[in-house]
Amino acid sequence: MALSDKDRIFTNLYGLQDWRLPAARKRGQWDGTKALIEKGRDWIIEEVKNSGLRGRGGAGFPTGLKWSFMPKQPGDRPHYLVVNADESEPGTCKDRDILRHDPHTLIEGCLIAGVAMGAHAGYIYVRGEYYNEHLVLQAAIDEAYAAGLLGPNACGAGWDFDLYVHRGAGAYICGEETALIESLEGKKGMPRLKPPFPAAVGLYGCPSTVNNVETIAVVPTILRRGAPWFAGFGRPKNSGTKIFCIQGHVNKPCNVEEEMSIPLRELIEKHAGGVRGGWDNLLAVIPGGSSTPMIPKAVCDDVLMDFDALREHKTGLGTAGVIVMDKSTDLIKAIARLSTFYKHESCGQCTPCREGMGWVKRMMDRMVEGRAEVTEIDVLEQVTRQIEGHTICALADGGVWPVQGLIRHFRPMMEERIAAYKAGKAAPMALAAE
Amino acid sequence: MDAELSTATEIPQPESFSFDEESLKAIDVIVKRYPPGRQASAVIPLLYVVQRQMRRSTGSAWVPNKGMDAVAERLGMAPIRVYEVATFYFMFNMKPIGRHHLQVCATTPCWLRGSDEVSRACRDAGKLGGWGQTSEDGMFTLSEVECLGGCVNAPILQVDDDYYEDMDYESTVKLIEALRRGERPAPGSVIGRQTSAPEGGPQTLLDVPGE
Repeated sequence: MALSDKDRIFTNLYGLQDWRLPAARKRGQWDGTKALIEKGRDWIIEEVKNSGLRGRGGAGFPTGLKWSFMPKQPGDRPHYLVVNADESEPGTCKDRDILRHDPHTLIEGCLIAGVAMGAHAGYIYVRGEYYNEHLVLQAAIDEAYAAGLLGPNACGAGWDFDLYVHRGAGAYICGEETALIESLEGKKGMPRLKPPFPAAVGLYGCPSTVNNVETIAVVPTILRRGAPWFAGFGRPKNSGTKIFCIQGHVNKPCNVEEEMSIPLRELIEKHAGGVRGGWDNLLAVIPGGSSTPMIPKAVCDDVLMDFDALREHKTGLGTAGVIVMDKSTDLIKAIARLSTFYKHESCGQCTPCREGMGWVKRMMDRMVEGRAEVTEIDVLEQVTRQIEGHTICALADGGVWPVQGLIRHFRPMMEERIAAYKAGKAAPMALAAE
Repeated sequence: MDAELSTATEIPQPESFSFDEESLKAIDVIVKRYPPGRQASAVIPLLYVVQRQMRRSTGSAWVPNKGMDAVAERLGMAPIRVYEVATFYFMFNMKPIGRHHLQVCATTPCWLRGSDEVSRACRDAGKLGGWGQTSEDGMFTLSEVECLGGCVNAPILQVDDDYYEDMDYESTVKLIEALRRGERPAPGSVIGRQTSAPEGGPQTLLDVPGE
């Protein structure tokens, strides 16, 4: 019951066709946008709610509900749509394909989302490294303006809407929505305390909503084909289609749009050519980008790829970046490298994160060598619990979860490493003692 | 270029910086994106303008102190606000770099696919001692970067603005030798993959209306 091509939203995911407007129109984009807008703000939000769409940036918050938090009546402050294209979660490269191959899905989605939240302007915050991708996106926006799809009376539907591209400059933290807003305002990307939430006080102090690229880009198709169509994929509360990024020790790494709740094993074997050396050579999978704790093969055998199924195994769907690791992997080193990442990317604002990420990294580096005491595994676990939930944003949570996942499932491996280190050290010491 | 040694950092800083015509044109387009009174939003884009102008005029893409001052003046910001932004974000080079910036992604997804081999090839072929170093001929600077967001095409080597994907030791050496000859191979997968599709060709999206 795999997804068929006629039900795929991103029909140019691989860039086999032209991204430009005429080709995009032939693929069905910008079809009847005026009529969708004219059905009004409440209808759009209701459809998105009924579709069951949950945010595709990692947290999985219901999109229609998020949009409904924007003030109903326009006040004296303008509303803003902000699109998070800062794709930086290790293991995630889906929005990149939308930006460079299917930019009109996103641009059309921005206009519709703008109408739904009463915004006349939108900013797309693209990570700085996506230089070539941002050129394509900007060119696509220019085309849309020239065709009257953006700007005053966009699409002839009576709604003025301007859309801008803003490049970041290499900071993972700017994927956090309030850090992104700070950065867009021209400051260091340091997250804000919430509340107030962006829907009340966001960009330039105005009501704003920050959505992931994929979340916005699927909306036009949902409205065209109807909420029940989208809701018909995946299990209840986990509905829709999703771009998965399958990578690591698979035979054929790739991005693919599939149905939510697809079994992990089917996803890997059908689309990515299977695990290198066969399924039995699998050691563990990080299922949803680096922040989600790994799951061992026994769980991978039958787990479904959706928010709730993965949560039952104390991990998450996250961004659906599926990092596969076979039995040749030094798992401790794989996680230690993630600890290095989070230490590097901590913005330094909150003490538990600024100090904690460095401490965890140093501890993990010792665990890689085995240069530690077994009891220090417990200390490490306890410290991650002290860090978790004690910072303004979720970077530190995401930084300690992979370590917790390692300890939860592979503690014996860590103990063996420590024992091997001691054995290696003990032998010459014993000789010396003689 | 006249240069003086800053005693604090030992980095030779140009005595002055002013936007050239190409930069001024770019700035005009950029500042219009933001509402009146919100020009500070343009600080990152303008720092890029400085860095690109430096590459045009000196062959080294970096942001000198006078460049940051020029941004502050253009946007009506206190210079310190520009300095803190320039030093917070990793893509601004605060000291001169080589003609080509070799940026090896070494985060776990790339590491699992052999990024250690890519960085070893960079050191060998680029004659580079290690991270942060610039080769003696001024051709290359080597940096370790965090996840570049191209994980299904790992490992990735970013050269200046371009991603080279599905790299290994040999292809990295070949690329660096080509760059040294003044060539610029097309970016993307070096094993001929169609972007993020599986090797051997897409297994989905074979039945799509359009062209």
